[in-house]
Amino acid sequence: MEFARRSSPYWSARVAVPSIMLQVLGALVPAAIAHVWFFGPGFIFNVLVAAIFAIGGEYLVMRARKRPPEAALSDYSALVAAVLLVFALPSLTPWWVTASGTLFAIVVAKHLYGGLGFNIFNPAMAGYVVILIAFPMHLNLWTAPRMGDIDYQYLTVLQTLTFTLTGSLPDALGFDAISRATPLDVMKSGLNGMQTVTEIRANPIMGDFGGRGWEWIGNFLAIGGFWLLIKKIIRWHIPVAVGVGLLAPATILYLVDPGSQPSPGFHLFSGATILCAFFIATDPVSGATSPKGRLVFGFGIGLLIYCIRTWGSYADGVAFAVLIMNMAVPAIDLVTRPPVVGHSKSGGEP
Amino acid sequence: MSAPTYDLGKLHGGLRLPGHKAASTAEAIRDVPIPAQLILPITQHVGDPAQPVVAAGERVLKGQLLARPEGALGAPVHASSSGNVVAVEPRPVSRRYGDHAPCIIIECDGEDQPLHTTADGNYLELEPEALLAKILDGGIVGLGGAVFPTAQKLMQARSCKIEHLILNGVECEPYISCDDMLMRERAMQVLSGAQVLMHAMQIESCFVVVESDKPAALASLAEAMSALDDARLVLKQVPTIYPSGGEDQLVQLVTNREVPSEGLPSDVGCLVQNVGTAAAIHDWIIGHEPLISRVTTVAGEGIARPMNVRARIGTTIADIVAFTGGYAEHADHLFIGGPMTGKSVSTDRVPLVKATNSILVVRKTSFTGRELACIRCGDCAAVCPVQLLPQQLYWHARADNENRLRDFNLVDCIECGCCDLVCPSHIPLTANFRVAKGRIQELADEKARAARARTRFEARKSRMDSEQQQREEALARQIATAKQAGPADITKILERRKHKSEDD
Repeated sequence: MEFARRSSPYWSARVAVPSIMLQVLGALVPAAIAHVWFFGPGFIFNVLVAAIFAIGGEYLVMRARKRPPEAALSDYSALVAAVLLVFALPSLTPWWVTASGTLFAIVVAKHLYGGLGFNIFNPAMAGYVVILIAFPMHLNLWTAPRMGDIDYQYLTVLQTLTFTLTGSLPDALGFDAISRATPLDVMKSGLNGMQTVTEIRANPIMGDFGGRGWEWIGNFLAIGGFWLLIKKIIRWHIPVAVGVGLLAPATILYLVDPGSQPSPGFHLFSGATILCAFFIATDPVSGATSPKGRLVFGFGIGLLIYCIRTWGSYADGVAFAVLIMNMAVPAIDLVTRPPVVGHSKSGGEP
Repeated sequence: MSAPTYDLGKLHGGLRLPGHKAASTAEAIRDVPIPAQLILPITQHVGDPAQPVVAAGERVLKGQLLARPEGALGAPVHASSSGNVVAVEPRPVSRRYGDHAPCIIIECDGEDQPLHTTADGNYLELEPEALLAKILDGGIVGLGGAVFPTAQKLMQARSCKIEHLILNGVECEPYISCDDMLMRERAMQVLSGAQVLMHAMQIESCFVVVESDKPAALASLAEAMSALDDARLVLKQVPTIYPSGGEDQLVQLVTNREVPSEGLPSDVGCLVQNVGTAAAIHDWIIGHEPLISRVTTVAGEGIARPMNVRARIGTTIADIVAFTGGYAEHADHLFIGGPMTGKSVSTDRVPLVKATNSILVVRKTSFTGRELACIRCGDCAAVCPVQLLPQQLYWHARADNENRLRDFNLVDCIECGCCDLVCPSHIPLTANFRVAKGRIQELADEKARAARARTRFEARKSRMDSEQQQREEALARQIATAKQAGPADITKILERRKHKSEDD
């Protein structure tokens, strides 16, 4: 009898990249709902804009690279990058800002570096930094969270859509009426204005630890992150290391000078810390690969976030921290190579 | 001898795989009858091919020597039954490299007439050296799959200080259960083989290591141990993690010693032998039957009735499968060996050889994932039992960067296949590494050939140079003599020349 030949192992993995990407997207759903709840339907429009430009951009760039577009589109990684980028944007973002960031993320940061698996930089963060520098004003337009007691003008769905498409508000409203400085901005400008942390925290936008609304989104992101940990889609090393890298200096300096240093809890629940720890820094492609390397990589990101927030001119430093550590990955991988069995000098204990 | 003790060391990575062993262990080992024809490859071991000592037309008896070892790491081949040699010719085989190899073909007469023997089986009176020589004559090779000639392995190990004999009953690859069944049914013979080995090696400690998922084998071994009452034998149990049955991995598990890269277990005072090999040694030294049969597992969805059989070496896979009840509906792939490390062959006309621990017939997987780009998830490194970085190796293998592959220790890869099983991008990593290793070997061979050619060339050149020099010196001497000679001598020389030419 004749048989078809194939190489061993006969079995192949049950996991697959597309399902991993879909699970990452699934893990973001609770936080996405919270985002819509606190900051309005703009988030949904942003996701739609980003998704359209991510898919369209990837399709065109794959055609330009003379490769089948479905090969890249079917792994859903472009969608993940698009959604992560949107998490960094205010709910009121004009479409061209979102589109520019998405296109840069997918076309330049991802595909011009060789596509999934070859990109040095985290695409979402690269895209975010480009629009942060190109359109700084639009990225500061955070509305106040819907918490009932904050004095705030809410936009209707139609008004939000109009803003997303045209960048203009209803005639009666100005930017000042709907936008609020983010907690990190409040903290930064307050500290620059020689206020104490206690005085700054009296601002109604501040919640239990971070900002109201933001800290709840953080909670839901953490739930999604823990789910990814349980499903073994991400490993514990990077989230823990990011936390330690950020919280260790924060705790020490807070204990030394609680008047002018925000608490570690504030650092943890403000800005994009939790998003970064579970979803951004854990991008395997642009991160370190070995467990030890991942600890170094995550710690570096946490530490850089702290440094940028404390001494830099930007309120949050997640994107810069991630991109800087992305550059360090080849070096980290080189120095954290695990010892191969049989190469230790002692040869083990007898 | 009571409860088995547990392992000491730990293994990096590895996988818990579904065993698929229940089907083939449901019934006792069955004997495959003598086939009409035996196909005996002359290379059933890792070393140089054995040299046939029989020719077509000759009648041979069961156990008779057919080919004697020659060159490095050789092992003899014996007739598995009596009959007539009809040909010595290349036939399809299930070798790692290449699909055809020279085989001795025997037309069996069905009488199974054994070769007469006068030995008495009392090995304790033999000197260790004599015992080793006798083991070599039995054609015994490592039956775990590596088929390293056992006698040479023992001789090599004798040059080191060996503390422990480790009997490998860790059959970690899915589907395969031939060692399990052997331990259940022939525990006494396995342990007796271990005693022969300890005598040959003059060592006083033997760990018999079995995986925790084989309670019947453990019980049977424990019972045999209490009957033997040999304090040197210790039963050990290790967790069921693939690939803990790899030689170096087992040493690490049992003794917590790392076998050095490109070294051998003997470098850390251990000698590992498969339980099947131990039983084969018993059969040869005490039972006088050389290695002419083995237990093999016939399993997989493509097999109607999975079981373990004892078959004569040289029986074709087709004959064995037919004996067990034939193929089931989905017989798409035939693997010789297990699903992780086995070799897929295109025909079942290949013979069972000493290495064949399993005949696995499986269906075509309905969904084999499309190969995607590596996303550097690092799962492959997490499961690698040798702690390599498969993902980086893959990178360098694709770039054909020999130096980087060396640098990342490709040579230490045991090709267990764990990395393939966790890769979310479905990259055939192990297959890539096999090819890369082959290419590095080729390059090394080419370098060696070039070096040999250069040596030859240089030797020739220096020989020619020295001949040239000698000629020049002789010429110089002649000129000097001629210059010294007077006119009378010259006349003489010329006359001699003249005579010479007239003679012609």
